[in-house]
Amino acid sequence: MSSVTTSPGFSLFRYAAPNVFYPLAGRMVPLFAVLAAVLAAIGLYVGFFMAPTDAQQGDSYRIIYIHVPSAWMAMFLYLTMAFWAGVGLVFNTRLSSMMAQAIAPTGALMAFISLWTGALWGRPTWGAYWVWDARLTSTLILLFLYLGFIALQAAIDDQRRADKAGAVLALVGVINVPIIYFSVKWWNTLHQGASVKPGSSSMADIMLTGMLLMVFAFWTYAIAAVLARLRTIILERERRAQWVLDARERGTL
Amino acid sequence: MQWGSLENFLSMGGYGFYVWGSYLVCAGVIVAEIWALRQRRRAALTEAGRMAAAGRTA
Repeated sequence: MSSVTTSPGFSLFRYAAPNVFYPLAGRMVPLFAVLAAVLAAIGLYVGFFMAPTDAQQGDSYRIIYIHVPSAWMAMFLYLTMAFWAGVGLVFNTRLSSMMAQAIAPTGALMAFISLWTGALWGRPTWGAYWVWDARLTSTLILLFLYLGFIALQAAIDDQRRADKAGAVLALVGVINVPIIYFSVKWWNTLHQGASVKPGSSSMADIMLTGMLLMVFAFWTYAIAAVLARLRTIILERERRAQWVLDARERGTL
Repeated sequence: MQWGSLENFLSMGGYGFYVWGSYLVCAGVIVAEIWALRQRRRAALTEAGRMAAAGRTA
């Protein structure tokens, strides 16, 4: 047992121990899941029943309420995954590497949703489901980076080596995130520029409200899904630990 | 209500295929993820139980 877990008083590092984080995450999962459901219900109501039809795009624009949130989350989750993988690589903290592993599938899911909804939005707007444009191609690479991270970790039996190899891949892949974000500025692309920038927005207020509600819904959903997966990963990796046996006896696993 | 009828709502001004094709697949993959999370947790709990049983007999 490390000294930080037994030291008196509050310490943030206390939660870096899997046995301490496990029950904490267990309390947070239902909280964020309920929050996600409520935010999505309000966001979809605003998006479909309060926001008007777009003057240029008609009702096809309503795809925005899941397209933009999933695209943002795909990028944000990648940065978070690479950060925790990097922390695990440098400091050898068990929970950090588990966190990176827990984020990857949800990140891949978000990248897939953004590509799928983008294709179905592109067809009526540009006349094509897919074009090899900078924004679309770099987002496809993001999906492949997630899948590569998952496959690489799964292919290596030794967990510590798997974490290290995955971390290197995740960190190298970070270069792709600014490329996605700035692709619409750097290159001539079919994809439109950012409608929402820090401090300004070119969208109608009610549309923006609906979209931001959906952003928070996706965000809270991602937190719930990642924490639920993290708990399972802790269980998978620590199944031989005494605290798992004890928790199982008490029925709190 | 801006839609007037369920038919109008489902047709999405002619873009129903694209809008609902997006939302249904999005909902589908999220449901699939939640199901996969449940399965994986159940498997991990079973494995933890097996470990505990092996520990008692050892």
